[in-house]
Amino acid sequence: MNFLAQHLLSVLIWFPVLGGMLLLLIGDDGDVKSAKAGMMRMTALVVTVATFILSTALYAGFDNAALNMQFVERIAWVDAINAFYYLGVDGISAPLILLTTFVTPLVVISSWDVIKTRPAQYFAAFLILEGLMIGVFSALDGLLFYVFWEAMLVPMFLIIGVWGGARRVYATIKFFLYTFLGSVLMLVAFIYLYGKTGGFDLFGFMNVSLSLTAQKLIFIAFLAAFAVKVPMWPVHTWLPDAHVEAPTGGSVILAAIMLKMGGYGFVRLSLPIVPDGSAYFADLVIVLSLIAVVYIGFVALMQKDMKKLIAYSSIAHMGFVTLGFFLVWSISSETGAGLGMTGGMVQMISHGLISGAMFLCVGVLYDRVHSRQIGDYGGVANTMPVFAAFMVLFSMANAGLPGTSGFVGEFMVIIASFKANFWYAFLAATTLILGAAYTLWMVKRVLYGEVANDKVAELKDLSSREFLVLSILAISVLLVGLWPAPLVDMMNASIEQLLAQIAQSKL
Amino acid sequence: MNVMDFLPAAPEMTLLGLICVVLIADLFVDDDKRVVTFWLTMVSLAVTFWVLLTTAPAETTVVFHGAYVSDAMSQAMKLAIVGFVAVVFLYSRDYLRSNDLHKGEFYVLGLFGLLGMMIMVSAQNMLSMYLGLETLALSQYALVAFDRNNSNSAEAAMKYFVLGAIASGALLYGISWVYGVTGTLEFAAMAGAIAADPAMNSLPLWFGLAFLVVGIAFKFGAVPFHMWLPDVYEGARSPVTLYIASAPKVAALALLLRILVDGLGVVHDTWADMIMVLAVLSLLVGNVVAIAQSNIKRMLGYSTIAHVGFILLAVFCGTPKGNAAALFYTLTYVVATLGAFGIIILLSRRGYDAELLSDFKGLNQRSPWTAFMMMLIMLSLAGIPPLVGFFGKLNVIDAVLSSGYTGLAILMVLASVVGAYYYLRVIWYMYFEENEDQAVLQAATDTRVVLSLNAVAVLALGVVPGWLWALCVSVLS
Repeated sequence: MNFLAQHLLSVLIWFPVLGGMLLLLIGDDGDVKSAKAGMMRMTALVVTVATFILSTALYAGFDNAALNMQFVERIAWVDAINAFYYLGVDGISAPLILLTTFVTPLVVISSWDVIKTRPAQYFAAFLILEGLMIGVFSALDGLLFYVFWEAMLVPMFLIIGVWGGARRVYATIKFFLYTFLGSVLMLVAFIYLYGKTGGFDLFGFMNVSLSLTAQKLIFIAFLAAFAVKVPMWPVHTWLPDAHVEAPTGGSVILAAIMLKMGGYGFVRLSLPIVPDGSAYFADLVIVLSLIAVVYIGFVALMQKDMKKLIAYSSIAHMGFVTLGFFLVWSISSETGAGLGMTGGMVQMISHGLISGAMFLCVGVLYDRVHSRQIGDYGGVANTMPVFAAFMVLFSMANAGLPGTSGFVGEFMVIIASFKANFWYAFLAATTLILGAAYTLWMVKRVLYGEVANDKVAELKDLSSREFLVLSILAISVLLVGLWPAPLVDMMNASIEQLLAQIAQSKL
Repeated sequence: MNVMDFLPAAPEMTLLGLICVVLIADLFVDDDKRVVTFWLTMVSLAVTFWVLLTTAPAETTVVFHGAYVSDAMSQAMKLAIVGFVAVVFLYSRDYLRSNDLHKGEFYVLGLFGLLGMMIMVSAQNMLSMYLGLETLALSQYALVAFDRNNSNSAEAAMKYFVLGAIASGALLYGISWVYGVTGTLEFAAMAGAIAADPAMNSLPLWFGLAFLVVGIAFKFGAVPFHMWLPDVYEGARSPVTLYIASAPKVAALALLLRILVDGLGVVHDTWADMIMVLAVLSLLVGNVVAIAQSNIKRMLGYSTIAHVGFILLAVFCGTPKGNAAALFYTLTYVVATLGAFGIIILLSRRGYDAELLSDFKGLNQRSPWTAFMMMLIMLSLAGIPPLVGFFGKLNVIDAVLSSGYTGLAILMVLASVVGAYYYLRVIWYMYFEENEDQAVLQAATDTRVVLSLNAVAVLALGVVPGWLWALCVSVLS
């Protein structure tokens, strides 16, 4: 147990990765019902659930008041360039790790017997991806961060490419190259900072003083990496393609966790490493975020494909995250600044749950009808009442209904933007209308009305497996919505420290 | 001169003797027992390797009146080259056997090429360098034409020979100018002479230098002296391509480091710009043109050109860090290339070469492990962490950035994004496309094991790159 306590993060990273390799060794025999396939799926489930249980130790052992990194592990990795295997979490990364370990088992359950081709490789890809994502959230060494950040692309590339829809190759290559293009610039920034500090330690990066020009350039390099990942308008075009073509599980992970890496990158790297550069470009980011909220909201309204609609709604919601983070410089009062930041963080967690749930709902329909077009449905509530109840709940959450998690983060960010500038708040608040419009209109067309066609008439309601997954998500959406305090408490100390760090000029 | 003076050249002499043994022994081996020649060759390589390890002088030793040197760099490069050539022979054996090409000449020519490479690596003056280079080049010309009934191979060999002869001529012409100016052929003396008399650093020297750079660029295959490379890669039989694409790159780096850094390092400012132009062109042309290829050997040929751009940019920095980065890059690049061509050879069988990208379709269904190995290698060449290609690029970018060329560093990473596309395309064909070819892959156990180790090395070196990087730094300091 002592080993576990000291190396909890390493265990969380490498346990799923090793589990994934084990799955590759077990393999499958092309028969979904065979004993071998059953054993393989069971292994995947056990590994992901065990990872989640292990991660609760992270929550239990987490000290909300601590300002320093917790669960730190630091050993030399590449001596010659002073790179360390350096892990640790604070109130910003710990909730995201918990989100990752929470969502991945749900993905495994939801893909249980849906995936017919090469299921062993499919589950292995998710397990390896899980480990790498936890690695991104816990790495405190720039090089290590970059390694996890890039390596993560490969399993997702395969997930979309092998198990995706008709235009999967186009979508996955676009996804890969877009993200790769953004991150190589971040690599150049890292190497530049390495040249300045003589190591890859993120805290070294944060403490070194940099000229404004250098800070601006580094900010742009980071922006390229994170804006693509979030994604922010106008570099969002890979996301609708990737979401539409990805299998349901891939969409869930992409929306629930991978998009959060962009937001996490801003908080972990951009803001503390180049505070003056961030301040310089804050207005730009705010404008881009507002465009995402308003313009992409309208775009979502026009979608005929459910997955595309949710993808655009993700972009709009992630606009709130970046808006919340970059309001800091427009707000004079300190509580307001903290509010925007906390709002952005809560929004990330909440969007992770809601968008994941929405994609799972679409997946449920897709598995039965094999269509994502809104026009192919209608009156689903008549044949699938239980499913309809869940979908309505998640849609309400997506629209930001009070009492659901979607409300908390958005509300905090809107309040904060009121303190900054009336028009920011005005534009941000349009999401309450737009979000409701596109989500509820979709719900109306898909769920309500007369039974549209024979396929809808033959629909069977949720299986117990699907019910399990959706109810777990429903409970967590309500829990975060009604009682966000534990989540916010976890973040508070780290966010305050971050604000203090940002306030200090590094010139 | 006593007998100890020969010690630094003992590996080369041993190898030469063993080549003669292999050559003669092969005459008495029947066609169906040709594998005896293979094992004799492997034993020769093992003996050479052992001699290298045991006779290496502890410190830098110059012998034969300044013509030959044994230092840490030559030692490390030779060990690597011998190892690479052994892997080449192992991967080639079954292919040659099943295509009725299993002749002793392949091994003998390969060994002669190896001898040439070892001489190049240890050359301490222009003439011994030239001698080594020609030994290597002539062996390669003959190897490309090795399958004499194949018109593609013959054409490639002809092209290679003619263009190679022009390049050798340019190099020799450059050597004569530099000799005319400095009055010496020895690298160390040359550096000393220019440092002592700065007036030498003028137009005649630069004129000679330009020809030297042309010769070197040709041997590397840098744009615009790259025309031979894709044709030779495509035209030569796969084992020969494997040979040309691997160990000679290390020797070419030695050529570059010995002449430009050891010999003419004092006029770094003069040659650096030339190298930079070649490197940038190589990066752009190699990466962009590779996208259009449908033949995987040709595609890897263009990808080589792009990688050469990285190697040249590392040397362009003119810092110890840059040189070490070039060595690291070259060694790890060769490891990945060996694996890539090894898999191309593995996919081939009697009368059928897996040369087209489309031959990789559905490989994941036929053989998941082979597809996985190829994926690791492609990702490494694309520079995706945690594979070793990423650390190669990291070191080069670091060297370029710390010399203050931010724009170049950005160009390099952008070029590698373009490059990622065609490597991803191989993965796309292997994983996303349906299987067209149902044939079961066949390979001897030893080939399989070494190939697997090769692919795992690409990953393992990426996870723990520190020791190799430290080694590269130390042998070049």
